[in-house]
Order: sequence, then structure tokens, then C-alpha cells
Amino acid sequence: MKKLLLGDEAIAQGAIDAGLSGVYAYPGTPSTEITEYIQNSKTAKERNIHRRWSSNEKTAMEEALGMSFMGKRALVCMKHVGLNVCADPFVNSAMTGVNGGVVVLVADDPSMHSSQNEQDSRFYAKFAMIPCFEPSSQQEAYDMVRYAFDYSEKIHLPILMRVTTRMAHSRAVVEICDNSREQNNINYDSKAADWILLPAMARRKNDIVTSMQPELENDAKNSKYNQYIDGSDKSLGIIASGIAINYLNECYPQGCPNPVIKISQYPLPKDLIRQMTSACDSVLVIEEGQPFIEDMLRGIMPGDATIKGRLTGELPRTGELNPDLVKKALGLPVDECYAPSENVTPRPPALCQGCGHRDVYSALNEVLKDYENARVFGDIGCYTLGALPPFRALHSTVDMGASITMAKGAADAGLWPAVAVIGDSTFTHSGMTGLLDAINENADITVIISDNLTTAMTGGQDSAGTNKLEAICKGLGLNNEHLRTVVPLPKNMPEITNMLREEINYHGLSVIIPCRECMQTLQRHLREKKLNANQSK
Amino acid sequence: MKTDIILCGVGGQGILSIATIIGEAAIKDGLYIKQAEVHGMSQRGGDVQSNLRISSEPINSDLIAEGQADVIISMEPMEALRYLPYLNKKTGWIITSSVPFVNIPNYPDMDKIKEEYSKLNNVVFIDIEQLAKDNNVPRSANMILLGAAQKSLGIGYEEIKAALGRVFARKGEEVVNANIKALNIGISESK
Repeated sequence: MKKLLLGDEAIAQGAIDAGLSGVYAYPGTPSTEITEYIQNSKTAKERNIHRRWSSNEKTAMEEALGMSFMGKRALVCMKHVGLNVCADPFVNSAMTGVNGGVVVLVADDPSMHSSQNEQDSRFYAKFAMIPCFEPSSQQEAYDMVRYAFDYSEKIHLPILMRVTTRMAHSRAVVEICDNSREQNNINYDSKAADWILLPAMARRKNDIVTSMQPELENDAKNSKYNQYIDGSDKSLGIIASGIAINYLNECYPQGCPNPVIKISQYPLPKDLIRQMTSACDSVLVIEEGQPFIEDMLRGIMPGDATIKGRLTGELPRTGELNPDLVKKALGLPVDECYAPSENVTPRPPALCQGCGHRDVYSALNEVLKDYENARVFGDIGCYTLGALPPFRALHSTVDMGASITMAKGAADAGLWPAVAVIGDSTFTHSGMTGLLDAINENADITVIISDNLTTAMTGGQDSAGTNKLEAICKGLGLNNEHLRTVVPLPKNMPEITNMLREEINYHGLSVIIPCRECMQTLQRHLREKKLNANQSK
Repeated sequence: MKTDIILCGVGGQGILSIATIIGEAAIKDGLYIKQAEVHGMSQRGGDVQSNLRISSEPINSDLIAEGQADVIISMEPMEALRYLPYLNKKTGWIITSSVPFVNIPNYPDMDKIKEEYSKLNNVVFIDIEQLAKDNNVPRSANMILLGAAQKSLGIGYEEIKAALGRVFARKGEEVVNANIKALNIGISESK
């Protein structure tokens, strides 16, 4: 059967057809649609595949590992910075190994369309000494997921599958296979010696994983997803990984005249590289993300070989690839085109009209203008847009949860007033433990948990703490007198500003929870209601 | 055949439903398709675009190269100009709404934008919102734009109409009919 699928959706369908038993994830652009697809899949429902969102990427990775421990197949999905959050279980999962297949799907965001950095997840796979897959098309993404699960079970290691924004969020027709694999049966035979990473046992596992590396590289060399395509013009050899091969082929509709290595499976097969370098005068590396292959080449090729790529300026050092950049790197003529229009100005995103975060920032700005040295520590979500005009309300945004902990550190250093602004989903993702630090020291900070009852930035997924935020704060030990709630609406402005002023002037920890539903989910709920009413007529 | 399309506008204006219908029609026609979309932060009122490529031959790149787009379909006049370097200088068409969406303080002078359009060949500059209001299809302005673009797509009217019907079927006959009406308005306006 043929289906028009986003890269993310092809991965999700591939996982379902590979006998998946559970997907574990926290929403993050550009990975979100994988889990959403499985949540909306009829097959997933019939097969009772686990598909609820996890609180964060670390809990997701560990839950997946538990499923693998019992012999079943699990998929973990995240954006690149989510891999930092789950780095501990991720790297250690290479030490425990897996029983049921585990695929860790990481969606990188070169050019940072929706992210705070441009890190390349292939480094993590090398660091953890596990294979990395990098599909070049939506079809390959679909096929590779099943191959990855099979391979994961064969070598007893998790597989990191890396895609980038263009693969994740581009649609193409994908041929879906008819024979969907059954799920694995539960298996109680896990050996404790493999899963208890006490130093003596971990050392043995470390030796095993290290000694497997030549075998993994040999598998990559023989993989059908890596190809050496010979060409007559040996003045230049080209190595293209992942979707970079598409941009190369776009430049040569009649076929590339140079020898080409397509890379979609790592560890990097050095033999293929050596075959190319012994035949070609120079090598151009085209890869999406950081110069991962290019850097490694310098340790493989003889000293006088010419290596071209992002480190030598043929391609830009940072940012996403596109057909024009590749064309220039190949020295091909570019088409004549219009100059950029002078009548175009940037149009940055903004908080929606009517959004409750707007009322929170209006109130906060109103109150803080009376304090000379106030600083506001922000967090990750729609409300990060409060940093832009007209509010300009934030002084920092670093990672999920850093608002509370940075405010505390700044207060420890002597700052007053120190204010943290964090969303509801970010709070349960990584804010709760930081709040416990602040509670234990009664830190002189004011924490605003701006609750819109959803994970809004990524499109309105369920938020783990909905209707539980007050109970969580109380349970962590927060003084009830300084736990306040309010509905952020323009008409409530006096109430919010008074509350903020009182809690900032209190020299201890306060938490204020302004709570009102996200405008996007509100409109969606109203539309669904109308649609259902029409259908039941 | 091969048509490279850039769809653009402001987050929330509904460019993805235009893309969905063209995609649906292309698939039914047995064509290859690649469609790069924008998800995430820019959908909150920022500039958004989608590269939609359809072809009778397999397609390599998800992205369209500079000077290659056959048509820019835009829900907003300044946004179409943002992608001007991608338009085929000789044969490319711009089909755009003439109604500015002003959600930024420094939106350029509309007269200058109009002047720039007057210097370009192959432009359909159309007030889809007024047309939608006048014809009592207030929620289907984007389908008027699709209608106006139809002959630049390389896909026939009947195929587009049938695809529209399939895409909106879930929302009921009334919605389908309003959108077909809007599509027809766009087609007659572009003649």
C-alpha cells in the first residue's frame, strides 16, 4: 500500500509494522509527529501499543529500557536537546545492552528552526559506541526502522536513528509493507549480570561493547544502506550522508560523474573511505549538521590528501544544507535568479492574541519597573517569546527547567528580586527537582508557573502535570501561604499585579500559578465540539 | 511533468490545507511528490513556507533550488516576495493574496510592494478575502487562491476538485460545497 507520509510518520508506521510494543517520548520539534502518529493509529490501539507521553526524555528512555528488559520492542523519540536530558540512561543502555530491540530516534535541527543549539546526535552514538542510522529518504526511514529493530536484537545494543528537520517534516509517498510483524512475547529471562551496572560487572560489559566495534564497522561496510557508486572523474570523490545525497543527486540529474559514497549507517566504514581516497585526488564531504565525518576523515586519510567540506569553507561551517549550497561546493554554475526583495522585513513568531502568557508578562513588566535590579529567568516553551517585543520580559533562557534553578543561583549570589517563569509542561519535565532545591533553602525567589494546561509550543500535547501543579508544589514541601493561583485575564490585572508585588516583597520562596487554557487548544476543542454536534445531527 | 511550488504566508493562514489538496490530487494522478513543511515555533504568527514538488519522475531534493520554482502561491503579499530568489526568472508565476497581514510594527509601505509587483511579469494579485466575503464563503479564502493557481500546477481542474472533496469530506457536504464554490471563484478570477 502507498501512503503520503511525513518522514516522522514513516518512522512511526515503520515502528508499528516492526512489532513495536511501546513508544516513549516527550514532545519536541521536529520529532513530535512520530508519537502523535502512533497515538492516532488504529493498529496501535488494537495492538495496545504503549503511546502516552512521558514526563521527559529521561523517563522515556528508562521506560523503554524496562520494556526491552522484558523482551519487547520499544521506540524512544526526542529532539536533539532531549538526548542531553536522557544522556545518562542512553549512554548506559549501551552498557546494559538490550533484550527487546530499542531504537532511539533523535531529530536534529540544523539551522535551529525551533531550537537553542545545533548539536549533531551522531557524536552521541560514537560516544556511546553504538550504531547510528541516518536515512536519506522517507521510504528508507520506513524500511530502516524495521531493520534497526532486527539489528538491535541481533547485536543486543540500542540503535540511534538520526534524522534532521527536512527529513522529519517533509512528505513523500512511502510503500508500506503488507506483513506487519507481531510483537515479541514477554520474556523473563533477563540476566541480572547484564543489567546491574556495578563497576565489576560494568567493566565486563564495557569490554564486550568495545570489542564489538570492528564487527559493527564491518556490518556498516556491508550494509545495503551504505553504497560505493563509482564514477569516471577521479579528481574528486564525494561522501554524502543522510539526506545530503539528495542534494547531490539534484545537482546531477544525469548522474554524478564522480565516485560517491552514500553513508546511512555508522560506525563510519573506513574501508569504503580508504577505497575512495586511494582512487581520488581529493574528497568532498557533504553532511547535514556538524563536520562529523569530515573530522574523522582526517584520521583515516594520508596527511597530504585534500579533504573539502564544512571545515575548509566549500560548505558553510554551520546551518542546514540545501541544493544551492551543494551546487556551489561542487563548483557548478548557479541559475540566474531574482535578487532578494527590498520590501521584505522579518516576521518573527509571537504569542497568540488572547494568550494568557501575554497577561502574565504585562503584569510582570508593570510590577518590575518599580525594582531597579530585577531579573527574570525564562524557560523553554511558547512563553520564551516573551523575550521579544513588545514584552522584552526575559533575561535568560537556557534549557528545560533552568528558570527556577538559575533564579535560585542568582539569588544565592545576592540578586533581588529574582523571578523565574516556567510553563506547566516544562515544570513537570525538569522544574520540579529544581523547585525542591529552592524549597529546601527557602530561596528568596518568585516562581511563576504559567499554566496553559498543555504542551503548547509543539502543538498542544497533553501536559503531565495538568490539575496537579498545586499538589506537586505542596507535596514538595512549599509553604501553602506562598502558593497562589490566579486567572490571567486583562480584567484581573489588579489582582495579578498585587499578588506579584506581595510575593516579590516576601523574602522567601513563592510560587504563583496563573492558569488559563491555551488559545490554540481552546479553539481546537471548540471546533471538535462543533464537528461532533454536526455529525450527530 | 514537473512543478516546483512554494506555498507561503503567515502561521495560521492555512497554507498547509492548500498543500494537502495539491498533494492528494498529485498522488491520485500517480505522480511523485515531496513536500517540506514548517512545524514548530514559526507557526505562532511568524513567516511560514512549504516547498511542494510534484513530478512524473522520482524527486531527489526536498527543497527547491534558487531560480527553480514554477509558482509561488502566497496568502500574503509581502511573504511572496520573501521567496523571490527561488522563482524561475523566465517562466515562474506568483499567485498571491493582495491583503497584507500586519502583525509587525515595521511592515513595509504597501505602495512599494504594489510597485514591485507591477514590475514583475506573470503575477495574479487578488483580494481573496473580499471575494470570499462577497460570495458568502468567508472561511474559504485559501481555496480561492488555490483556484487562481490551478492552471500553474500542471494538474487538471477535475483532479483538484475531486481531491478537495476527499480532503474536506469529514467536515460535511456543506463545507465541501463552500470550498468548491471558492475554488471556482478563484479560477474565473484568474482568467
